[in-house]
Amino acid sequence: MADSDGRQVVSINHSTEEDVKLQEVVQAKCEGKELTKEEKQRLRKEKKQHKKNKKDDRGPPEKEKEKEKASVLAPSKPATQSPAHKAAPVPVNASASESPVAAEKPAKSKAEQRAERRARQDTERASKQGKKEGGQQSASSKPKATPNELQPVKRLPEHIQVDDPAALKKLAKKLERQQVPLRSDYGYKVSLFSHLHQYSRKNPPTQQISIPATVIHPSIVRLGLQYSQGIIAGSNARSVALLHAFKQVIQDYSTPPNEELSRDLVNKLSPYISFLSQCRPLSASMGNAIKYIKKEISNIPSQCKEEEAKRRLQECIDSYINEKIILASEAISKYAIEKISDGDVILVYGCSSLVNHILCEAFEKQRKFRVIVVDSRPRLEGREALRRLVKKGIRCTYVLISALSYILPEVSKVFLGAHALLANGYVMSRVGTSQIALVAKAYNVPVLVCCETYKFCERVQTDSFESNELDDPDDLIVTRNGKTHLENWQTVKSLGLLNLVYDVTPPDFVDLVITDLGMIPCTSVPVVLRVKNVDQ
Amino acid sequence: MFEQFDMEEAELVEYFRAQIREDPDVASAVAAIRSLLEFLKRDQSETILGLRENMTKAIHRLEETDSSVAVSSGGELFLRFISLTSLEHPDLSQCKNVMIERGELFLKKISLSRGKVGKLCHTFIKDGAKILTHSSSRVVLKVLENAAADNKRFTVYVTESQPDSAGKHMAQKLGKLNIPVMVVLDAAVGYIMEKVDLVIVGAEGVVESGGVINKIGTYQMAVCSKAHNKPFYVVSESFKFVRLYPLNQQDVPDRFKYKADILKTVKDLNQEHPMIDYTPPSLITLLFTDLGVLTPSAVSDELIKLYL
Repeated sequence: MADSDGRQVVSINHSTEEDVKLQEVVQAKCEGKELTKEEKQRLRKEKKQHKKNKKDDRGPPEKEKEKEKASVLAPSKPATQSPAHKAAPVPVNASASESPVAAEKPAKSKAEQRAERRARQDTERASKQGKKEGGQQSASSKPKATPNELQPVKRLPEHIQVDDPAALKKLAKKLERQQVPLRSDYGYKVSLFSHLHQYSRKNPPTQQISIPATVIHPSIVRLGLQYSQGIIAGSNARSVALLHAFKQVIQDYSTPPNEELSRDLVNKLSPYISFLSQCRPLSASMGNAIKYIKKEISNIPSQCKEEEAKRRLQECIDSYINEKIILASEAISKYAIEKISDGDVILVYGCSSLVNHILCEAFEKQRKFRVIVVDSRPRLEGREALRRLVKKGIRCTYVLISALSYILPEVSKVFLGAHALLANGYVMSRVGTSQIALVAKAYNVPVLVCCETYKFCERVQTDSFESNELDDPDDLIVTRNGKTHLENWQTVKSLGLLNLVYDVTPPDFVDLVITDLGMIPCTSVPVVLRVKNVDQ
Repeated sequence: MFEQFDMEEAELVEYFRAQIREDPDVASAVAAIRSLLEFLKRDQSETILGLRENMTKAIHRLEETDSSVAVSSGGELFLRFISLTSLEHPDLSQCKNVMIERGELFLKKISLSRGKVGKLCHTFIKDGAKILTHSSSRVVLKVLENAAADNKRFTVYVTESQPDSAGKHMAQKLGKLNIPVMVVLDAAVGYIMEKVDLVIVGAEGVVESGGVINKIGTYQMAVCSKAHNKPFYVVSESFKFVRLYPLNQQDVPDRFKYKADILKTVKDLNQEHPMIDYTPPSLITLLFTDLGVLTPSAVSDELIKLYL
């Protein structure tokens, strides 16, 4: 402890010494010497400190912002460190980097700062014992951060803060740093949804990147284009395509000489994810998949060779797809087929890959039933479902959603797919699902939702406004007999076109949720989330 | 080996029937579990897998004798409970001893469950209350017994509950406890609902959704009490929790709807009248079990804990 303090004092007084150290290390690199772990660490430290000093030159940053960054830096750095690295030097560096800046502020005395820093280091060291998870550290460092009285309680995701100029500026800066093109909104937005993005399909973000793309991997560029044009649609399809693209990225990745795969690869993935979310906002299932991959990557031990690590990651991704999507749908079909009896009339909405799979399996198992497919504009996804079911030989009827209350007295069961299941039991699905559940409830028809557990998310939502997606408003324009009445809708000041993608169904309308863990009532979603967290 | 099993099968059924005869107050599931424990002690199989197979066969045999939901759920829970422990001992007899020990423990726990439920529920009965109940349930009887012992004054209305007039037996037993009781027709539930303060019924089985399966007529009573905004309470032991999820009345499996002998003899079940119905969780206010006082949505939570 004394030693670290001593080092700290030295660094304050001789800031030029660090420059000298940096020169030494750079020299070593040029000479082609293999850098030891400690040297790599020091190099990283110097890099970060230089970045900090550069920021000072640009302009006097706010005092609190610096402190906040420093306190956030300190816990985040130990969180991403592997156990091999020593913990002590890092907080020293963070405080050392902060101290030259803090010296400029006359308001706080040096002794006060030193005492604060020491207290922070002590608590961080205490919290670091035995626990590696970042969550633990952020929990213990958050009370340290609150004395700064600046940390907001919860940060909202940026994609629902479009009407907040500060958030937009932050996003623009981040994208500029990552060299990802910023996509601009299109057309007049209905005021209730002005906090969401609205993009036009005619301007995909891929047009703004040069070919060949230097920062973004080509398979990611292709994936982004497929998302933004709607070529790949549907929760499962998007997740699987994403994982395959990541496999390609990992295959082509090579660790730069002074970096570790477990840390660098995660950093490489961030601009890709920003790019993809610019093309089309990420779904809950994609979010969970990304979390899983990032965890797997950061768990790669540092002594693992690159080839071995890459192979391991590919295997992880393959097993994730197999377990969570393919095998899960087999399990769900088995449970769901128990609920389909002979003579049933089943109503489905839109095109859910899982529900189609269940119906095809049930038909193969010789159950006698017929299907009513309900469809809605502008996506008309029901036609794809109709195509698949008729090809199997199932008797189908096709109606639009406006005929729902006409057709419901004939129906014995309703099967719905889900985009995500929220922690308070609400079901987020294609727009129109909530309507179907409501009318089915009024006719006392049981509503069954089929959903894999990897789509369960911790978010809570009670209405469809807070977090949604706005699709291209031009999709609503229809041409009949050569006439397009809405062609110049942009010129009419008071006219707005709203093309919502998702809506949220309350758990009172849903009778049963079929997951790969079994049949559960809608209110038991948090129990499943709890069980899953315990497993991990 | 086969002849040995068949003899034991018949013995098992005889043991089960004897249990019920000797102690008419015992729950049929408890009697079934006692018989299963006896079967386990006498079982002669050489491997653990063989043992489990025999146990499963025995449970099926008991289900054929008494087709109530409780026997099926109790049997499955018993099997899970005894095999939940580590069975890594090299010697089969040691494993068997462990299983028998756990079986005895399970039996002791569930014999106490009715008392626990009674203690929990009787505080919800206030002085001067008018209670409506359906058919004959031993758990409800225990609850009312506890409330009477607590010097509370209340009146009970019991439905006749045809076709077996079980309600009249209930009225007799309550009369013995000096509780003022009145028997009403099944059709008079709507008429009497405005007079009563709360409705308490037992259950033959509690399903995953939080709904209950009980004697036919319970669903009607639940709908009526919802219309009148009266609380509808269900009292049940935890071994009646079963992994079924019916969506509506038709979805309840046939093997529970009719009595065991009818299932075996009658060809066309459409002519027969079912003995039970399903009450969905939206109509139930609270469930009193030995695991505590639960809302219908918490039942799924408890079931996941029991079974997963």
